[in-house]
Amino acid sequence: MKLSDLTSRAGEWLRGEGPMSEIVISSRIRLARNISGYHFLSRCTRAQRTTIEQKVRNAILANAGKITEQLFYVNLADAPEIDRQLLVERHLISKPHANAEGSRGVAIGGDESVSIMVNEEDHLRIQVLRSGLQLEEAWEQINAIDDALESVLDFAFQPPFGYLTACPTNVGTGIRVSVMLHLPALKLTGEIEKVFRAAKDLRLAVRGLYGEGTEATGDFYQISNQTTLGKVEEEIIQDFKQVVIPKIIDYEHHARRTLLNERTMALDDRVFRALGILRSARLLTSDEVLQQLSHIRMGVNLGRLKGIEMRLLNELLLMSQPAHLQKMLSRKVEGDARRSARAEFVRSRLGSI
Amino acid sequence: MKCDNCNNLATVHLTEIKGGKKLEKHLCEQCASQLEGIGSVKGHQPINELLTNFVMAHSGIAREQTLQCENCGITWAEFRQGGLLGCEHDYKVFERELSPLIQRAHEGATHHVGKVPTRRGAVGVPVKRRGPDIERLRGELARAVEAEDYERAAKLRDQIRQAEANETK
Repeated sequence: MKLSDLTSRAGEWLRGEGPMSEIVISSRIRLARNISGYHFLSRCTRAQRTTIEQKVRNAILANAGKITEQLFYVNLADAPEIDRQLLVERHLISKPHANAEGSRGVAIGGDESVSIMVNEEDHLRIQVLRSGLQLEEAWEQINAIDDALESVLDFAFQPPFGYLTACPTNVGTGIRVSVMLHLPALKLTGEIEKVFRAAKDLRLAVRGLYGEGTEATGDFYQISNQTTLGKVEEEIIQDFKQVVIPKIIDYEHHARRTLLNERTMALDDRVFRALGILRSARLLTSDEVLQQLSHIRMGVNLGRLKGIEMRLLNELLLMSQPAHLQKMLSRKVEGDARRSARAEFVRSRLGSI
Repeated sequence: MKCDNCNNLATVHLTEIKGGKKLEKHLCEQCASQLEGIGSVKGHQPINELLTNFVMAHSGIAREQTLQCENCGITWAEFRQGGLLGCEHDYKVFERELSPLIQRAHEGATHHVGKVPTRRGAVGVPVKRRGPDIERLRGELARAVEAEDYERAAKLRDQIRQAEANETK
């Protein structure tokens, strides 16, 4: 398995399957871990960074079988920018990890459901991704991966704070549970504020498609926990599964029903207008594709639009991203040339229905 | 200056405005303390306290600025600026300063109650989930007592005893 094999397939988070997949795009759990006896990364020299990267990489590769199947490692310090960008677009690494300097890497496996970032903000950031609402399954898997790594690496852990992380906001469990939701109806009815308020009351963060500091493009929202100390991992996950997510899903369902029953014409107009734009436009930015795909997705989910498969929408979503588009074209394109190529690609896939 | 009442040195100086007229009084401490309504002479104590607090706070700041981890070299001031700690020892070195920040970030929590690395503690002996359960039960007990749900509190107390007994086995 190599990096170049990824481009042609849809990643785990865009499989479009799993429970509640009409609203819940994906479930993600990550664990922050550091190795005892080494400085955290912000105080490391280049040499120390390299030592840590090698140690962690060796531990991962030596235990690949215990971690997940088809594991491969990408050395990000050597990887060209477009490859790093590709990994960001596939949610396998974070933007800061892609753009950082010095020794760092990522281990990817299990059909992209597992990624282990090495030398991000912490020595290890283990991540498990599942499509739909599958938090318990994700926890079970990541817990086992953590056990496997812990048998070969001595993680920094000290009472009373638990797992010690570079940023004290992650200390304790080091867990970040996040669920990516598609909430187009709440956005259209202007009730998305309700979600923000509810999330704030529950001490949760709401972020955009690509995590921290990104906009909620295409009506995708990532909801994640902020408290990592004083709660057992399962408790944090159950809070999400039983309280937070059902509540937001209810809001979205309600808003979708309202649109369907009371504003049918306006809803159809949105959906078909979006389809019209994507089928006709000659220049498209990736943000516009995301936004129009959001309305089409909602139309398909509500049965207003037949004959379009969710798989196609997910493919368009991913392949219209800058790095994916350029990989597909096998050349670097920018500005209007890129927007034109994107529009052409989208037309070719949607027009042929 | 001498006291208005006696020949002692006047140390208390009062200015009163009565009916638009300014009245000045210079008294020694003894006379002042006897004067009705000027129990507030003690009023200079809060000023003292204020000064003490100021000095203490100031020295606290000084402590924070010089506070440094010997292992990684980061100072408290540097951490405050960058938001990231330099090594695992910082949690010990800065514990006093970090604790309130950590509590604020984690809904008042002060202790980890989740997963524990299996390799910690006695080598080869899994200690997973042992401590955490007791911690969790204690938290529930505190809540039950607060809610005056004594029946539940009693049950929890028994569970904690049971768990503690298991742990020492």
